[in-house]
Amino acid sequence: MEGIGLSLRIETRTGDTPSHKRTRQIERPPDILLTTPEQLALLIAHREATEFFSGLRCVVLDELHALVTSKRGDLLSLALARLHRLSPGLTAIGLSATVREPDELRKYLVPQNAAFPLPPAGEGGQGSKSGEGSAASGNVAPLSRPSLTRGPPSPAGGGGEGPRMADLVVVAGGAAPDLHLLDTGKTLPLAGHTAWHSMPAIYDLIRAHRTVLVFVNTRLQAEYTFQELWRLNDDVLPIALHHGSLDATQRRRVEAAMAAGSLRAIVCTATLDLGIDWGDVDLVVNVGAPKGASRIMQRIGRANHRMDEPSKAYLVPGNRFEILECQAALDAVEEAAQDTPDARLGAPDVLAQHVLGMACADAFDPVALYDEVISAAPYATLSWEDFEAVVDYVATGGYALRAYERFAKILRGPDGLWRVRDARVAQQYRMNIGTIVEAAKVKVRLARAMRGKPNTVLPKTGRVLGEIEEDFADTLTPGDTFLFAGEVLRFEGLAEDEAMATRAGPGTDPAIPSYAGSKFPLSTYLAARVRAIIADPFEWDRLPRQVADYLLLQRSRSLLPGERDLLVETFPRAGRHYLTAFPFEGRLAHQTLGMLLTRRLERAGLRPLGFAANDYGIAIFMTRDLSERIARDPAFLEDLFAQDMLGDDLDAWLDESSMMKRTFRQCAVIAGLIERRHPGMKKTGRQVTISTDLIYDVLRKHQPDHLLMRAARQDAATGLLDVRRLGMMLERIQGRITHKALDRVSPLSVSVMLEIGRERVYGEGADEILAEAEAQLLEEALG
Amino acid sequence: MTPPSPTDEDTILALGLRLEKTQKSPGLQLSGETLTLDRCGGLWLADHRTLIVSDLHLEKGSAYAARTGQFLPPYDTRETLACLHEAVARFDPACIVALGDSFHDSRGPERMEPGDRAMVAALQQGRDWVWIAGNHDAAVSEGVGGRYAEVMTLGGLTLRHEPTPGAAPGEIAGHLHPCGKVAMRGRAVRRRCFVTDGTRLVMPAFGAYAGGLNVRDAAFEPLFSAGFTAHLLGDGRVFSIGRSMLAKD
Repeated sequence: MEGIGLSLRIETRTGDTPSHKRTRQIERPPDILLTTPEQLALLIAHREATEFFSGLRCVVLDELHALVTSKRGDLLSLALARLHRLSPGLTAIGLSATVREPDELRKYLVPQNAAFPLPPAGEGGQGSKSGEGSAASGNVAPLSRPSLTRGPPSPAGGGGEGPRMADLVVVAGGAAPDLHLLDTGKTLPLAGHTAWHSMPAIYDLIRAHRTVLVFVNTRLQAEYTFQELWRLNDDVLPIALHHGSLDATQRRRVEAAMAAGSLRAIVCTATLDLGIDWGDVDLVVNVGAPKGASRIMQRIGRANHRMDEPSKAYLVPGNRFEILECQAALDAVEEAAQDTPDARLGAPDVLAQHVLGMACADAFDPVALYDEVISAAPYATLSWEDFEAVVDYVATGGYALRAYERFAKILRGPDGLWRVRDARVAQQYRMNIGTIVEAAKVKVRLARAMRGKPNTVLPKTGRVLGEIEEDFADTLTPGDTFLFAGEVLRFEGLAEDEAMATRAGPGTDPAIPSYAGSKFPLSTYLAARVRAIIADPFEWDRLPRQVADYLLLQRSRSLLPGERDLLVETFPRAGRHYLTAFPFEGRLAHQTLGMLLTRRLERAGLRPLGFAANDYGIAIFMTRDLSERIARDPAFLEDLFAQDMLGDDLDAWLDESSMMKRTFRQCAVIAGLIERRHPGMKKTGRQVTISTDLIYDVLRKHQPDHLLMRAARQDAATGLLDVRRLGMMLERIQGRITHKALDRVSPLSVSVMLEIGRERVYGEGADEILAEAEAQLLEEALG
Repeated sequence: MTPPSPTDEDTILALGLRLEKTQKSPGLQLSGETLTLDRCGGLWLADHRTLIVSDLHLEKGSAYAARTGQFLPPYDTRETLACLHEAVARFDPACIVALGDSFHDSRGPERMEPGDRAMVAALQQGRDWVWIAGNHDAAVSEGVGGRYAEVMTLGGLTLRHEPTPGAAPGEIAGHLHPCGKVAMRGRAVRRRCFVTDGTRLVMPAFGAYAGGLNVRDAAFEPLFSAGFTAHLLGDGRVFSIGRSMLAKD
């Protein structure tokens, strides 16, 4: 800025900003403030917010598409609504290079409520810019002069007259990406995501380029890839690892080294998807399935940030199915098709957090606050009754049993305004701000094994390597080996809330397969493209020979489903009977489907024993002969997949599912029902803390329509359970199920059969685990 | 990388589904008395027609609201009482013993909703009810019916809230909220449990919001120096698990 002769004061405000600087920023606002949605929420809840924001002229929201699909986006939309009120005529600008539906972002930027006037169009009005010079908008406008497209006029009246939208500016041009499928010529396996077969080729790519970003989809995969590359690293190239579980100082070191240009490659997860623009990166390698067209474009865009040069990238499939998915992604990038998720309905738990924040800022009038809230696009359809329910929740918990009136957090005065009870409540609000609920974690510390005393370690001897989820740590028993921070570690036990681990001996295989990391489901859009490729033999010419051969084999042994059809195969194997189905709707939706189908098969007396799911299909195994049953009763299969599975069966299962409990916990933390555990806070004994599972069970029984139960169900529709997508699939396949009774497993089914045993999903009830432990006791007694 | 073999997997799955859901609860002999460990977490003494429940922690939710400003669902008291009611309907005891920490704090009875109070009265109707003193609720019997005792003897058994360190043959106590954890093949299950060495017994907490302390915690060592068996409350029945199969937290 100084270089171009502008004397502007630009400051940042994050969770790490020291308090004296925060105070100074409030007293003397900078010209430009770079901040986060959480910090913005804290600022608008500040007593001085009105004064602080009175001079605000412009808000710029970068990578808006990534924000609006999350609860973080809900929180930001509410803050933006408040800013529009504090500073009428404010200009809001959103930026995105990968957006499928620009109109959704255009709505997000402007007040959706007639109570708020819009500034005159075109002059300091709101704008939404899309296409940051990547392939996102591959048409012909000259690069230096962005073509400006204005959206349809925004009706000032709002209501049913059509949506109010920000202006749209499309920057066209930019070089098309130079994108390839990495074909090593080797025959790929039918399952597995590690892409072990391509590691030498990836290493060669690193050697041939200046700096390479190697993206993977899970932390486990990051650990694995990093290890394999170092195994091949005869040239001792500086290759680093970066993922969310690593110790923060270690991550900062990697980022600094990258910025200084001293690294040749970083193996990383989604933590580096956004925001970090290193001009020096000349190649992006994406290992495993792309999962979504927009996601892959975002990643490709990390290479070569100059508009006039193409970004260069390789897609590395892990198995034969992922070749199909990679091909679908290549086609999508070619067409610049985007598949970012739909706009979301604002979450009630986020609104509860915001309402308490607004009471902390100043006394509020409920009608005025309601008008403001529904001016935020995600909350535009919120009813007054639902808003009242949120205010009631914030005040006393929203229970039918009015037990907590005298402890109310916000109180309504005789003037009709709501005020926060006291400073303690305001402090609690500030401590629990935000929508990101991290799983409880424990530190992993390297410990030294004591010589001469097997199975004992000297605690607190080594350094902290990072953190693992507490849920994962809970499943470890001393002696278990697992991959972490680029090494195979041996778990030695927990000491003072830290997981003690030693380096496992050379050549040890990690025994525990994985720990929870982000796993993206296959996007609906890519799934449809994959189905289309499979359905059309003319498309197969474009595929590597091994995939075409595989599909031909499937066609001769069984059949290939049409583009909109569902193929179901039944066959016996090793004394069991199997059902496989290929909806291509992503792992999360398939797991939910598997749970529901298993319940139904159990009821029909077919004695299911378990199931496995991947991104493409499911396999259920059972004791009784399903082929025979279908032959006897041709309607059986249609009934099995009938849409009413999303009714009672879903409700019954959902309520007891551990996924639902996890979802509920997140809502409860965001809405302030339970407090966050802050790092460094002494963990109290488990005797004292109340687990959210217990709270969930009690609430489900006694007030199943409570605000937080509704919030959790709303999340379940799109989150861990992907119920909405399952519903769309069931609708699609009505009357389009193709059944094939076979005498042995088909080539297509092999891929999902290979998942059996890798992941245990059936029977979330704990009794089977306990029964096995009990059986061992019995064995000891008898043996 | 070596994934676990499918056969192991199949065994657990097969075991899981074929479990008898209504197996009989484990019986136990202690100081010449016959005890039934019920899946609800209560102890049934058929010879005395007595049901013992420990650490009800009634009104824990409202205690939290008063102290921390966290508004947990205020239904824990009625949930705990509903579970107790279900057990009472099955056993029809002549006597119910609440083994201490029946209320989360001494002001608990004042905060109880009238409906919940009536539920307690209904449970007491026609039977003897004993509140054993706990550390959270030293003397609470006022206004909630029943009688009050520090310690109670029943046949060869001594009933008290806090377990006595060292050997204590015939003692039934609560206070510690024992929980057992079983971890295998990447899954962990943590459940409330009875703990016994064949001479004494520590009962699980019965209250809906009561937490748990792992039986491998040091607090249990002075009580069970010669080892113990934990009886974990499963969804369908009680499971007897040996110490070697129980994981630490």
